[in-house]
Amino acid sequence: MAVCIAVIAKENYPLYIRSAPTENELKFHYMVHTSLDVVDEKISAMGKALVDQRELYLGLLYPTEDYKVYGYVTNSKVKFVMVVDSSNTALRDNEIRSMFRKLHNSYTDVMCNPFYNPGDRIQSRAFDNMVMSMMVQVC
Amino acid sequence: MEGLTLSDAEQKYYSDLFSYCDIESTKKVVVNGRVLELFRAAQLPNDVVRQIMELCGATRLGYFGRSQFYIALKLVAVAQSGFPLRVESINTVKDLPLPRFVASKNEQESRHAASYSSDSENQGSYSGVIPPPPGRGQVKKGSISHDTVQPRTTADPQEPASPVVSPQQSPPTSPHSWRKHNRHPSGGNSERPLAGPGPFWSPFGEAQSGSSAGDAVWSGHSPPPPQENWVSFADTPPTSTLLTMHPASVQDQTTVRTVASATTANEIRRQSSSYDDPWKITDEQRQYYVNQFKTIQPDLNGFIPGSAAKEFFTKSKLPILELSHIWELSDFDKDGALTLDEFCAAFHLVVARKNGYDLPEKLPESLMPKLIDLEDSADVGDQPGEVGYSGSPAEATPSKSPSMPSLNQTWPELNQSSEDTAIVHPVPIRMTPSKIHMQEMELKRTGSDHTNPTSPILVKPSDLSEENKINSSVKFASGNTVADGYSSSDSFTSDPEQIGSNVTRQRSHSGTSPDNTAPPPPPPRPQPSHSRSSSLDMNRTFAVTTGQQQAGVVAHPPAVPPRPQPSQAPGPAPHRPVDADGLITHTSTSPQQIPEQPNFADFSQFEVFAASNVNEEQGDEAEKHAEVLPVSFQEVEKASDPASSLRVAKTDSKIEEKTATSAPANVSKGTTPLAPPPKPVRRRLKSEDELRPEVDEHTQKTGVLAAVLASQPSIPRSIGKDKKAIQASIRRNKETNTVLARLNSELQQQLKDVLEERISLEVQLEQLRPFSHL
Repeated sequence: MAVCIAVIAKENYPLYIRSAPTENELKFHYMVHTSLDVVDEKISAMGKALVDQRELYLGLLYPTEDYKVYGYVTNSKVKFVMVVDSSNTALRDNEIRSMFRKLHNSYTDVMCNPFYNPGDRIQSRAFDNMVMSMMVQVC
Repeated sequence: MEGLTLSDAEQKYYSDLFSYCDIESTKKVVVNGRVLELFRAAQLPNDVVRQIMELCGATRLGYFGRSQFYIALKLVAVAQSGFPLRVESINTVKDLPLPRFVASKNEQESRHAASYSSDSENQGSYSGVIPPPPGRGQVKKGSISHDTVQPRTTADPQEPASPVVSPQQSPPTSPHSWRKHNRHPSGGNSERPLAGPGPFWSPFGEAQSGSSAGDAVWSGHSPPPPQENWVSFADTPPTSTLLTMHPASVQDQTTVRTVASATTANEIRRQSSSYDDPWKITDEQRQYYVNQFKTIQPDLNGFIPGSAAKEFFTKSKLPILELSHIWELSDFDKDGALTLDEFCAAFHLVVARKNGYDLPEKLPESLMPKLIDLEDSADVGDQPGEVGYSGSPAEATPSKSPSMPSLNQTWPELNQSSEDTAIVHPVPIRMTPSKIHMQEMELKRTGSDHTNPTSPILVKPSDLSEENKINSSVKFASGNTVADGYSSSDSFTSDPEQIGSNVTRQRSHSGTSPDNTAPPPPPPRPQPSHSRSSSLDMNRTFAVTTGQQQAGVVAHPPAVPPRPQPSQAPGPAPHRPVDADGLITHTSTSPQQIPEQPNFADFSQFEVFAASNVNEEQGDEAEKHAEVLPVSFQEVEKASDPASSLRVAKTDSKIEEKTATSAPANVSKGTTPLAPPPKPVRRRLKSEDELRPEVDEHTQKTGVLAAVLASQPSIPRSIGKDKKAIQASIRRNKETNTVLARLNSELQQQLKDVLEERISLEVQLEQLRPFSHL
């Protein structure tokens, strides 16, 4: 269960950010922003090799005391950043991967919509629902 | 304000009422005057009304926002039901009947209201306040000019309710029945077409009376004369009812319910024919959609690409966000293109939206694309089709592909293909035992005349080498047996050439995995072929490696191949002297049979061996062995380099095995050493391919084989046919087999020794080599 999920465009502006409602959203926005540097670093490190060989899942970008930030980048340099609660120890790497996979699939569906212009903010309800389902269920 | 949970009926009803009260079309606030009128119509004491107003917060706010209004309505219902007015009671009181607002005329209305609430199905609960739902008659799809989106939509549901409520009513008369039915005083609906949103209350009162009038109106409107407001995507006005909102009994009440109180109620024109489901597409609508589809994509089974669809739907002037949502809902398979069904669903949603219905969160069942697209496109008549729609979602859900039909169709294909793939892999069926092998051997033997001697021999060796496993048949007690088996096998194959036939038989059996399913007809055949096949395979694998690639061959008992080698290796030395006789002839042939393919080589040797050791009837399918043996024999004789000696050893071992086996089998035979050879030869036989080429050689060796055979007790040719004889031969083979097994172990030992020698020699060679290169 993530506390914050963000989709960042290639030019590093956000296409979609959603945080668990009870949290201080600004903090998460900041964390996502700082994590972009780490993402870029990881991309460039692997960039020497062919893009194909680069894996989409970047893994843990950096941990903080309370949270862990995971990253995932698509072949079109669209980045997904997910912030999860550190106390949520049950989350394994595989689960994070599957969450990113779902995100990627939903993102692809959004892209397929002819009414969606790439680069617009993602306002798809279906995407939203999917993200909400992955969020921490905080009442 | 506490969260207010409304049932579908309530939701609709409240929306309608709100629309009604929202004279100024603000969509946010209702005029107090209207509200008060409403409350008065609720026949509640004034103080209760005041209390309600306080509770809902209107007093505080000074106006009735939507939420306040809803809460107020709920409180009215609470009050009317006799429950104490509390804020909590809003949500706690379950199954609250809809608030009844009684106008002057009818008690029935209240009754209607009551029944209405009970009929939550009938969404008609749109208290007629709102103008006929869009579906009614003309749905105005595209024309923005039509403002009466919502009223229309709301009205529509009411009509549909009628069919539900009064089944006997046919859709067109729904308004009529609706009226009668306790449709809640949505009498307004009927009026609406005429009067517009204005006197909503009157409809209530006139629900009954209005019914007739309404009916007239309805009926007048029902038949959807193509009205101006029909979808005007800059297109010809389509059929009448765009949205036949059928207050559906079942579905999507939830979805439609949130009819925005777009009160611009003037959509009286809307006439919905039948409301079974607000999202159902009527025939006329569907026909219209199909026509529209054709304008974009003439092929009804084809797709509309996303870009074309985008342009088309953009004409409807809906906001992009909503169009995007509609797309998400309707593109069921998420492929970026719209099939006919998807297109109709999208179109329908657009129409609904234009008429004020809120877009559902998920696709209504009636709009889900059917699985079988073909049926759909053919099914213009909607009602059944729509019913089918509801059915289809179940099917559709699992798979999103528009080509569901193709999917369905592929399934049987898959099955078939799977059947094809069920090709039998060369079942190395280790054949059982000796019996079969025996039989085969005998058959083989009996089969061929001239090749008899060879064939059995060939067979034997192969069997020998291959099979330790094949104990039984290996036991060619005598050359006769072998011969018999051989001939019998030949007879099976009914090939002129024993060997060839045997080989073929075995080959077909073993090699071709696909053919495994149909091993050669005669029972014994498969067996022997099995055993043989293993040997065959070995040969074959070797052969394959060399050049023949036969499916399944390699797959065939891989274990077999090695066998001949080891068996051969130890063989040579001890048996060498014995084999020398026969070997000599063999050696003449290519001793250096390819190590990997001793088969080839072996054949020749096998033949020789077979000639010499025909007796052995090795059920062993190790062709390799058979082949190797002869080779080994030859090589042994040559006592050539270690490598070859190895092979020779192998062949020798085979031969030895054969001889060993044959020895016990043929006690009388002094040619013990010859015993093994026949086995390898026999095995050889298995390798059909080799047998073939080797036929000539075999024939050459025939003489030898014949000699061997002769030395061996003659195996009744009829064994193959005679069960007893077969069994006897089987027994003999078994005995031979055990002997051969022992021999095999000995040969193995010898093989190890020889291998060591070889290694040492190779080392020496390596040492010498550098000098040579220098």
